[in-house]
Amino acid sequence: MDFGKKSKPTAGIPTASLPDIIFMLLIFFMVVTVFKEFRGLPVLTPAARTTEKLETKRNVAYLWVDKQQRISIDDKIVTLEDIEPIMAEKFSQNRRIVISMKIDRDVEMGRVTDIQEKLRDAYTLRVSYATRFK
Amino acid sequence: MSSMIKRRVRGGADIPTGSLPDIVFMLLIFFLVTTTIDMDKGIPMVLPDRGGEFKVSPENISNVLINSAGQVLIDDEPAEISQIRDVIRGKVESRGLDTDGKPKLIVSIKTERSTSYNDYIQVLDEVKRAGATKISIAEPEK
Repeated sequence: MDFGKKSKPTAGIPTASLPDIIFMLLIFFMVVTVFKEFRGLPVLTPAARTTEKLETKRNVAYLWVDKQQRISIDDKIVTLEDIEPIMAEKFSQNRRIVISMKIDRDVEMGRVTDIQEKLRDAYTLRVSYATRFK
Repeated sequence: MSSMIKRRVRGGADIPTGSLPDIVFMLLIFFLVTTTIDMDKGIPMVLPDRGGEFKVSPENISNVLINSAGQVLIDDEPAEISQIRDVIRGKVESRGLDTDGKPKLIVSIKTERSTSYNDYIQVLDEVKRAGATKISIAEPEK
């Protein structure tokens, strides 16, 4: 039996289209990448089973509340009274904005309610309680 | 005339493209590294509009109270966190569906000012798991 002859035509992977493929991947990642803008505050968010993913990062604004009940927006510690003008400004720039509230699990509901009242004043009604998957 | 242009073009210098894949690879690796895959996640909620009050028949409302110790009261009946789902599901099913295909039942979650946020989220999670879609957040009593 002569197998040697059959295996002779060596199969090479065509690399001519390699740049195109890589370009496509590159463009995909360039489009998808949104750079992390803010550092935020260290918070431990609660775990929940009904946690959902937010569709897109572009329509999301963040608000942090840590254990010491401090509020942070765009890496600045703000008071309760500052929330309304900041959020109203964000809403005027993007009407589909969703406020992702990263609130520590030990925060009291009184504080959360006060913040929500300010968000209602600013007309940013779409919020999301940041949670972890359980 | 046209032949003259042709000749000029032919003599043009080529851009070396041999290292193109390497450059693109480098860019690709940069974006691969900087892309954050972790998506924002959470429980979506729509806050009520100011002044948008409307009347609903009281039999379609279920009041869920959470006190500062994390104890839960559903329509004046005490319940454990693990029981909430079954209790609310029973209520959702007994009220049936509204014209928009969503359950008629409105779950009103009320907390105290000193209730922990974690307890509130745990209850909200269980209520959502029970299939209730109309959830209202009542202002805590001062």
